[in-house]
Amino acid sequence: MTASLASPALSAADFKSEYRPVWCPGCGHYSVLSSVTKALAELGLRREEVAVISGIGCSSRIPAYTSVYGFHSVHGRALPVAIGLKVARPDLAVIVAGGDGDGYSIGGNHFLHACRRNVDLTYVVMDNQVYGMTKGQASPTTPADWDRSKLTPRGTGVSPFHPLAVALAAGANFIARCYAGDPNGTARVITEAMRHPGFSMVQVLSQCVTYQPEQKEWKTTVRKADITTTSHADLAARWLMADDGLSTGVMYVGNRPVYRPELQQTCEIDDLEQAFVV
Amino acid sequence: MAGRTVSIAITGAGGAGVMTVAQMLLDATAKAGLYGLMGRSSGPQIRGGEVAAFLRLGVEPVECLDDRFDVMVALDWLNVERFSAELALDADSLIFCDEDGGEPPARIIATGARLVPLALQKAVKSLPGGRLNMLGLGVVAAILGLSEAAVGEIVAKGLGKRGQEAIDNGMTGVRAGMAMLQAVDTTPYHLTPAEAGAGQRWNISGNEAAGLGSVRGGIRFVAAYPITPATEILEWLAPNLEKVGGVLVQAEDELASINMIIGASFGGTPSLTATSGPGLALMMESIGLAVASETPIVVIDVMRGGPSTGIPTKSEQADLNIALYGLHGDAPHVVTAASSIADCLFTAQWSVHLAEQLQVPVLVLTDQLLGQSRAIIDRPADLAFIGRRETAQAGLENYRRYAVTASGVSPMAIPGTAGGEYVADGLEHSELGRPSGSVEDHNQQLDKRARKLESFDYGRHWADIEGDGPLAVVTWGSSAACAREACERAAALGIHTRLISLRLLAPVQTERFDAAMAGVERVLVVEQSHSRQFHRYLRAHYDLPRDIRVLSRPGPLPIRPGEVLEHIRSWS
Repeated sequence: MTASLASPALSAADFKSEYRPVWCPGCGHYSVLSSVTKALAELGLRREEVAVISGIGCSSRIPAYTSVYGFHSVHGRALPVAIGLKVARPDLAVIVAGGDGDGYSIGGNHFLHACRRNVDLTYVVMDNQVYGMTKGQASPTTPADWDRSKLTPRGTGVSPFHPLAVALAAGANFIARCYAGDPNGTARVITEAMRHPGFSMVQVLSQCVTYQPEQKEWKTTVRKADITTTSHADLAARWLMADDGLSTGVMYVGNRPVYRPELQQTCEIDDLEQAFVV
Repeated sequence: MAGRTVSIAITGAGGAGVMTVAQMLLDATAKAGLYGLMGRSSGPQIRGGEVAAFLRLGVEPVECLDDRFDVMVALDWLNVERFSAELALDADSLIFCDEDGGEPPARIIATGARLVPLALQKAVKSLPGGRLNMLGLGVVAAILGLSEAAVGEIVAKGLGKRGQEAIDNGMTGVRAGMAMLQAVDTTPYHLTPAEAGAGQRWNISGNEAAGLGSVRGGIRFVAAYPITPATEILEWLAPNLEKVGGVLVQAEDELASINMIIGASFGGTPSLTATSGPGLALMMESIGLAVASETPIVVIDVMRGGPSTGIPTKSEQADLNIALYGLHGDAPHVVTAASSIADCLFTAQWSVHLAEQLQVPVLVLTDQLLGQSRAIIDRPADLAFIGRRETAQAGLENYRRYAVTASGVSPMAIPGTAGGEYVADGLEHSELGRPSGSVEDHNQQLDKRARKLESFDYGRHWADIEGDGPLAVVTWGSSAACAREACERAAALGIHTRLISLRLLAPVQTERFDAAMAGVERVLVVEQSHSRQFHRYLRAHYDLPRDIRVLSRPGPLPIRPGEVLEHIRSWS
C-alpha cells in the first residue's frame, strides 16, 4: 500500500467503473460505493493494488462498479476468498463487501473465523435486514415479527443476529457502524478501518427502499453514538449490548495479534526430498 | 515384476506399537537393500482399537500386497476378528502369537495356518522396560534373517529421542524376540538383495509423495481442513511449504479451504487443497466457481469408503462419479488419478502443471491404500512439469480477461498489474468479465472453456499402456498395481495381455483410447467400487468390444493380483 510518486493521485471517480449498478433507485448501496471509492482515493492507492471481494446478493455486485481488481464469488464465501488472497498477497489492500444474508447466514461460520483469524482485511457489510436479490425474504438481522415475506408469513419468530457483538466476541480488531445516508462519514470510517491492522468490521445501515421501505425512516432515527472509541473489549461489549442498533460510530479499536504468515524461502525445493532418502 | 517376496501381517491393539514396528521393519529392510510396501488397516478408535500392518518385502520393487500372508505376528488377539477378512491366511502360513494369549478367533483357526506360540508376555514382564512391540520386531527380524546390527541401527534412530536407556531396552527386547525363533526354520523367508546399493532409494508414503509433487509443481499456498485419510498430505506440507516460502492455512471447514485457495490463486499463487470424499462434496460449488472464473486450483481427494462418513480409515475407488460429474452446469474440468505410491508424486506435479496451464480446477484422485501406505522406491526421475500460467503483462489497454482465443486460454492479469484490473466472476460473463445472461456470451464462454481442455495435448501421460495381447485389462488408480502384477504373472504363464491404466480421466481421450485398444478383442475392467463406476464411465465415453468382464467390489478388501490372474486365465 504505497502511493506512486510517478502518477498523480486518483480521485474517488477514478475508482468507479462505467457499469450501471443493478440496484433500485434510492438503494443505500450507491452511497456505500461512493464511500468505498472515496476511501481508496483518500488512502492514495493505485487501482492495481486494491482488490474488492464479494459473495452473492445485491450489495455483492459492488466489485464490478469499481475499477480495481475484484472477485464476485459465490454466496457466503467472500471472506475465505479474501483471506486466501491477502495471506498469499500481503502487499494488496483487500476489501470484502457484501450483505447481511451473505455474511451472517450462509457465510456465518466464515464470519466467526475471519474475526478470530484477524487477517488484515476490511469487511463492509451493507446491512438492510432483507434478502433483496431473491425478492424480499427475512435475513439474520430481520426483526422477529417482520411478516411481509411469503416464506415467513407470521414473522421469523427468531431473534435477530447482533453482528457487531458477535464480531467483538469472535476477535475482530476494529468495529464500527455507519449509515449509508452519511457517505462522507462512512468514507472516513472505511479509511480508518483500512488503516487499522487486522480484521476491521464495518456494518453499514444501507436501506432497502423496495422490501424494507420503513428504513427510509433511518434518516431521522439513526444518530451518532454517544461513546468514545475504546480499546477495551469489555466496555465495547457492554455498550453494544445496550444499544438499539441505530447508533453509528467506531466502537472498538483493538490491538489483537494479526494473522500474517511470513513467506520466506529458507531452503531449496530439492532439499525437501532428503527426508525420504533411505 | 515383484519377484520373490515375503508377506507379513502384524496385528495388535491400537497403541501397542504395531505401526512403529512395521515402520522400523520397512526401514531395516530398506537398509538391507530390499524393497518393500507397508499398508495399514485400522479401526475408528484413536487408541485401543485394532491395528494391522501389512508388509510385503522383496528383492524387486513392490507396488501392491500379495494374495496371502506368509507370516502373521499377533501381538494379541484382542480385536483381530474385526479385520480377519483382510488377513488372507492359509495352511502354509505361520502365525506367531503369545502362548498365554488365549485362543485365536475361530476364523483364524479355520484358515489352517500353523500356530507357533511364543513366550512373549512372559518376556515383557521379565525384561527391563520390556515392550511387546520390540519383541515382535525381533521375531520378524529373525524370520526375515535381518542382522541384529541392521535392526539396531533403525532402533537407535527410532528411539533416539527417548535416550540411550530406551534404545538399550528396545534392543534387549529385539534380541529376546530373535532368540525365540532359534528353534524355527525361517530360511524360506530370508531375502537376499539382487544388487546392493543400486542408486538412491526413498521410503515414502503416497500422501507424502503427493505433497512433494505439489510443491515441485509450484504450489505455494494450501488451505485445508483435517480429514482422514488425507491429513498426512497436510502434515507434510505445513512445515515443508514454509521452508520454500509458501504457507498452509488450516481453515474452519472445507467450504473455506476451497475458497481460500481460489482467492490465493486469483492473487497469482499456485494453490491446492487436499481432502477426502465428504470434504470434496462440500467443495463442489466452488470448484464450479473456479471453472467459471477460470482460476487454476488443484484438489487432491484421498478416497475412502463412502457414502457419507462411510469407512474413513479404509480404501475405496468410489469418488470417481462425484469427481467427474459432481459439478452443476456444463463445467469442464480435469480429473487425474495416481496409480501407485510413486505415481502420487508424478500425478500431483503433472496436475499442478495442467491446472496452471489451462486455468482450470484439477481434481486428483488417490485413495487410502496409496495415501497411507509406505514403500521403498527407487528415487523417481526429475520431472519437467512446472506450473506456468499465461499472464497479462503491465501496460494493458482494453484488457479482456476472458478473451476468446484459439486455444481457449486467455492471459490472466494478476493483481498488481496496472491496466489489468478486472472482476473474476462466477456469473456468466462477457470477454471483459462483465456479468452477462446473453445467449451469445454464454455460448462463447462455454465453447472457450471446453475448447481449452479439448485442444490441449496431454501427451503420453494420459495412461500407462503395457504389453500386448487380445485381452486388455483396463483399470485405474490403486487397482492398477495388482492388475499389473497379474498381467506379469500371466505373461510368465505364456498368456499375453495389454494393461491400460488411465491417469487422465477427464477430459476423455477418445482417439488415444481407440489407438490403445487396437487389436483388443476382450476387456477385463478392474476397479474397487460397488456400482462399477469405472466400468460405467468407460461404457459412457469409449468404444469397447462387446466382450467385457468386470472385476469390481467395494472396499475395504483390496483386489489381489491372484484374483485378476484367475480372471485372465479363465478367459484365455
